[in-house]
Amino acid sequence: MSARSDVVDWALGCYHDLDFGIARGWLEAEGGRTAAGYLPVYAPREIIHACNMLPVGIYGGGDQLEIIRGDAFYQSYICHLPRSVVELAQSGRLDFLSAMLFPSTCDVIRNLSGMWQLLFPEQYVRYLDLPHQRNTELGGAFWERELRTLLKDLGEVSGRPATDDDLVASIGVYQELRHLILELYRVRREEPWRVPTEELYLLMRAAEVVPPEVFLEKGRAYLAAAHAETGRRRDNSRVVIVGAFCEQPPLGLIKTIERAGCYIVDDDFLVGNRLLEQDVPTDSDPVRALADTFIRHASKTSVLYEPDPEGKRRLMKGRVAAAGADGVIFAAPSFCDPALLDRPMLRAGAEEEGIPCIAFKYSENSGQFQQFREQAGTFSDAIKLWGGT
Amino acid sequence: MAAEEQTGTQKDRSMVLQKQMIAKHFERLEKAPKSGEKVVYTFVPGNLTELIRSFDALPLLPEINALQSGMRGTSKDYIAAAERAGHSEDVCTYVKCDIGMLKSGNIGPTGTKLPDPDLLLLSYTGCYTFMKWFELLREEYDCPTVFLQIPYQGDGRLAPEHRDYITEQIRTDLIPALEKVTGQSYDEERLRHHLGLAAEAEDHLVAVLESAKNRPSPIDAYFGGVYYVGPIFSAFRGTEEGVEYYRELRSEVEARVAAGLGPITPDGPLNDQKFRLVVEGPPNWTSFREFWRMFSEEHAVVVASTYTKVGGTYDFGFRHDPDDPLGTMADYCGGCYTNLNLPSRIDMLVDYIREYSADGFLINSVKSCNSFSAGQLMMLREVESRTGIPGAFIESDLVDPRYFSAANIKNRIESYLQMLSARAGAA
Repeated sequence: MSARSDVVDWALGCYHDLDFGIARGWLEAEGGRTAAGYLPVYAPREIIHACNMLPVGIYGGGDQLEIIRGDAFYQSYICHLPRSVVELAQSGRLDFLSAMLFPSTCDVIRNLSGMWQLLFPEQYVRYLDLPHQRNTELGGAFWERELRTLLKDLGEVSGRPATDDDLVASIGVYQELRHLILELYRVRREEPWRVPTEELYLLMRAAEVVPPEVFLEKGRAYLAAAHAETGRRRDNSRVVIVGAFCEQPPLGLIKTIERAGCYIVDDDFLVGNRLLEQDVPTDSDPVRALADTFIRHASKTSVLYEPDPEGKRRLMKGRVAAAGADGVIFAAPSFCDPALLDRPMLRAGAEEEGIPCIAFKYSENSGQFQQFREQAGTFSDAIKLWGGT
Repeated sequence: MAAEEQTGTQKDRSMVLQKQMIAKHFERLEKAPKSGEKVVYTFVPGNLTELIRSFDALPLLPEINALQSGMRGTSKDYIAAAERAGHSEDVCTYVKCDIGMLKSGNIGPTGTKLPDPDLLLLSYTGCYTFMKWFELLREEYDCPTVFLQIPYQGDGRLAPEHRDYITEQIRTDLIPALEKVTGQSYDEERLRHHLGLAAEAEDHLVAVLESAKNRPSPIDAYFGGVYYVGPIFSAFRGTEEGVEYYRELRSEVEARVAAGLGPITPDGPLNDQKFRLVVEGPPNWTSFREFWRMFSEEHAVVVASTYTKVGGTYDFGFRHDPDDPLGTMADYCGGCYTNLNLPSRIDMLVDYIREYSADGFLINSVKSCNSFSAGQLMMLREVESRTGIPGAFIESDLVDPRYFSAANIKNRIESYLQMLSARAGAA
């Protein structure tokens, strides 16, 4: 076994482990440890970590979990993620969490916060209203207050209130994590044959459920191995995946897109792990610094208000250029309001620039990939034959 | 409005008044490009009509236009037009109806052309889709957009710092934008005047809504209720016409109470009321009369509904306060029904069932609206468990006729009411 495959196998194990064994092991390793779960898209993991809690991303059960109880909570026209999250919880798989955070991703996740309050009254539950006002005077002050409340509350939950030094240290840890993730993304963008998205995605999933220190070690080992192996370059098209930021596609869909002849050179899978595009300053009040960095440097996403009237139209052009991509695949979960309501604006902007696009919908438990293979394959061939005009 | 015209049923003076008010408003809107009156597009939940009016601007509410298109049978084509333009079949049909109407010439519900907005006022209150809706509209118009973030009541209350956040946004973003668009200075005394009128109308509306505690109920608080809240939800809160309308409506309802009469339904008065129901969720607009008739034919009257609180929860005590102009607008926005968390919404339903001595409750779950619909199955179980009263659950949509299955819905309603009868008999 190579170092690379060791890491990928480890990440695959994390991906398949719906009992969160590593997180549970971390809790058991030392008395007084606690964990906080969070739903997509963005939660301030630095705040959780500073309170000696393990941040655990909850992304449902994918295609591995049979939904029995979860379906009793949702109508057929609501996306799949919340029903598999409820299924995980109702089956006891989330009973190691002392807190659950529900970011303001959409109304479904918002309302799930209220359901959680009723279903699990023993857990700390917080709806995280992300700031949409993107100026520091208003939005920044609002978000800073929200973060201070969260910091205080989680300190009470964990029994270890965080000091400023604790938070500065946690900011440093997640800074390292982001740097590593961005480096992995850079290598994939420049040499996608060295870092297949199938593997990168598994690493990103692992990063959501293991202590950051563990991920740093594994991620660095993977990066070193990727540099050491040349890989085999294929004549693939280069695509950006857009719309898959909340409910995640099944791994088989990612593999299918790649095997159909597309190098994924940018994506918004698990985008919360790199939403902050700049480092958080550590030489001032850390809560304010975290809030200000979000306000000033959060990347553009469908879950936040876009203050620039031209912003939506320009976004795809910018992302495609930055990634050196040939086209865009809009891949959104069925019934996903943020992705599907954004799509007409984003697609119009892309098409105005002559950027080839295709679109499809998936569900986290989609099991048939033939149609995706045909669509992605045809798309890749068309790009190769006719380019972007 | 439309229902009464088509059936030739009796018209109260309040109905005539409302029709005249709406017609006059849309006439002014049509003439606005020539008259110079400024037009502000905004949403029902969290609408700041008094502030808009204090600048002599006219509010225009896209979701009201969409529901009117649904009632008038034009929404199907508008939705199809939007879907052809790339909008997903999975998303809110209000949005697609509005976009489709815009692409089809922007002819409004009264048949007049709607003016372009001078300002898009996005009051982001209790519905994620609102944000995307105005991002989409912004692509079509060359006008400024003001975004107001209204924090959600995740903990079941509007925290003081959230209230401050809203007032600061109004003070520093919205008021300067209105001053710029209208060329008028902010006049707090005028705003207080409009807020005072709003509170007066709200008193009358609450008296009307609470009249349903009588037996028989003189109103239908859902199907009739959507007409009653029309003026206060749309453009007339804080106006003299609004107060006159609600004073008139209240006197008519009080007269029905005194006479022991029920409400007017599509098939005439409903005096013999066998079932008193509470309803959660918006109505279906494309088959509105048919939907209403499914209840009235069974002698079921709705005594309270949550949908009629999306534009304000006045029956839980809120009144606009002229003595605190910006703070009261923040309280208003934060307290709209869709901005309440799920436990608060359940509390409201339980209160209604008890306060209005309801026999049952029904949830109309609409495909379009995740803000309403996500979690309703749990609400059903919680309300059943806390009241001991079984609930009914039906599914439809706001303005997409493809999702209104009349036979299925009628069957469910009839079965439910038969079950309530059987329970009452057994008791």
